[in-house]
Amino acid sequence: MHALAIRSLWKTYPNGVEALKGIDLKVEEGDFFALLGPNGAGKTTAIGIVTSLVNKTSGDVKVFGHSIDSELEAAKACIGVVPQELNLNQWDKVFNCVVNQAGFYGIPRREARERTETVLRELQLWDRRGETARNLSGGMKRRLMIARSLVHGPKLLILDEPTAGVDIEIRRSMWDFLQTINRNGTTIILTTHYLEEAENLCRHVAIIDDGVIVEDDRMSAVLRKLHHEVFVLNLRQPVDVAPKLNGFDVERVNEHELEVQIHKDQDLNSLFTALSTAGVEVISMRNKTNRLEELFVRLIERRENERNREKVVEELNL
Amino acid sequence: MDFQHQLIALDTIVTKECTRVLRIWIQTIVPPAITMTLYFIIFGNLIGRRIGEMGGFEYMQFMAPGLIMMSVITNSYGNVVSSFYSAKFQGHLQEMIVAPTANWVIVLGHVAGGVARGLAVGLVVTIVALFFTRLEVQHPFIAISMVILTAFVFSMGGMINAIFAKKFDDVAIIPSFVLGPLTYLGGVFYTISLLPDFWARLSTFNPILYMVNGLRYGMLGVSDISIVRAYVIILIFVVGLFWVCMYLLNRGVGIRE
Ligand SMILES: Nc1ncnc2c1ncn2[C@@H]1O[C@H](COP(=O)(O)OP(=O)(O)O)[C@@H](O)[C@H]1O
Ligand SMILES: [Mg+2]
Repeated sequence: MHALAIRSLWKTYPNGVEALKGIDLKVEEGDFFALLGPNGAGKTTAIGIVTSLVNKTSGDVKVFGHSIDSELEAAKACIGVVPQELNLNQWDKVFNCVVNQAGFYGIPRREARERTETVLRELQLWDRRGETARNLSGGMKRRLMIARSLVHGPKLLILDEPTAGVDIEIRRSMWDFLQTINRNGTTIILTTHYLEEAENLCRHVAIIDDGVIVEDDRMSAVLRKLHHEVFVLNLRQPVDVAPKLNGFDVERVNEHELEVQIHKDQDLNSLFTALSTAGVEVISMRNKTNRLEELFVRLIERRENERNREKVVEELNL
Repeated sequence: MDFQHQLIALDTIVTKECTRVLRIWIQTIVPPAITMTLYFIIFGNLIGRRIGEMGGFEYMQFMAPGLIMMSVITNSYGNVVSSFYSAKFQGHLQEMIVAPTANWVIVLGHVAGGVARGLAVGLVVTIVALFFTRLEVQHPFIAISMVILTAFVFSMGGMINAIFAKKFDDVAIIPSFVLGPLTYLGGVFYTISLLPDFWARLSTFNPILYMVNGLRYGMLGVSDISIVRAYVIILIFVVGLFWVCMYLLNRGVGIRE
């Protein structure tokens, strides 16, 4: 059974924005799954639909086999969610915030208190249990939201950009924590626009851009694709079959065109040597545009910009 | 989640809402006590003496049930509209929406908070009234059930207001432009037998008239309207507004996009 199965999910907001254009996703039980994409790609919308915060336009969503249309309560009981935006009651005490959440899941008061203590200790908030949420630091508020999402022992934990705006140290300890609970059996889905976060944590990645899933594969496979470049070669003489070139993957597109996959570390000279040896004459060559790669370039550029901005902020703080 | 677990969720919301009323008692309980004291001093003591009798009672006595009902109405409405709207605004309403808490539990839980505040303030105003006049309760069951049912009606009204509210202004509009006038015209300060025929007839379309007179009947034993009719009308409102609340939550109006 899949922890989450989404089929041709569409979302059009009342203002006409098509945030999701028929996405399909399957998340295996026990997986650590990244939904990666730039801002505005539709990640929060997808999470919102799964957690009943957003109405879908059409499509099917099943959580551990429970359809959100026919078995909503059962589906909800499986999920714990940490939203992107802070949504704490700022006037609540830390302890009450978590213990009440357990209550909303129908957990009796005594058990709720015990569970609250456990999760608050796990997230190093037990000493702060009497404090009002608004007096916590940003990192602590995030941790409180995580504690709150775990109190009913969800089988599937969904985190929407959990480390956005969190400093690097807290980010690392959050990663460790998530890896531990994943190892203990909780399926985790997180959305992020940090490539390295997905790379460090997740075994599976789906990449979403502009409401469309453009890639959905094991992390290792995606990284492999990313580290290869495809060139389209224009040939002088027609070929009937793709020539065998040592160390390169060659595919014949038509009689005058070949596509060659090259690892980013391989140099082009060796390709030309191999082509000459095989007696293939090349007139011209172009880089095949790769949507995935473009997307990553954009993600990485954004990351760079953010780094620069962080620097500016630091300087201003001095 | 089965019924038993829903009751746990209900208990959680009720406790949370009642704690809120007590935690911010300076905002929830004290102001109505002060306003009502002023009403008793100015209208009851100073002006009331000139008015003399109303409906066969000393004016202060006549006015007391009206003022109690007025504070029940304002406070039950105000409690739910502000609590539910701020839960929406700060986002923690999502805590309940993502959980398998049933919508009837969400409605009843918040309404219970409004009813609790309505009753608490009603009690405080009753105590204030006792400093100024002698109060009797002719039909205790009627008096109490009228207060509770009225608190239910306006708590649900506050909830519907909060569901539609998009900004803080929207929370204040209905209380000032609809509830206020209807309450003042609902027989709090006078009996409609004083009104010209047309206005008296028009007043019978004002639901608050039935609530105020219902309580006045429970306390003093007099009423402008038939008490059975009052119950029927109020019960229709209770059921109707509950249905509207459920419909809106099921549709996710103002909550889900
Ligand atoms: N409430 C809303 N009303 C209208 N459009 C929205 C709303 N929320 C998000 N959008 C739009 O939907 C698209 C996807 O947004 P979102 O799901 O928040 O993306 P992400 O989480 O990947 O940054 C964006 O174009 C965004 O502007
Ligand atoms: Mg987002």
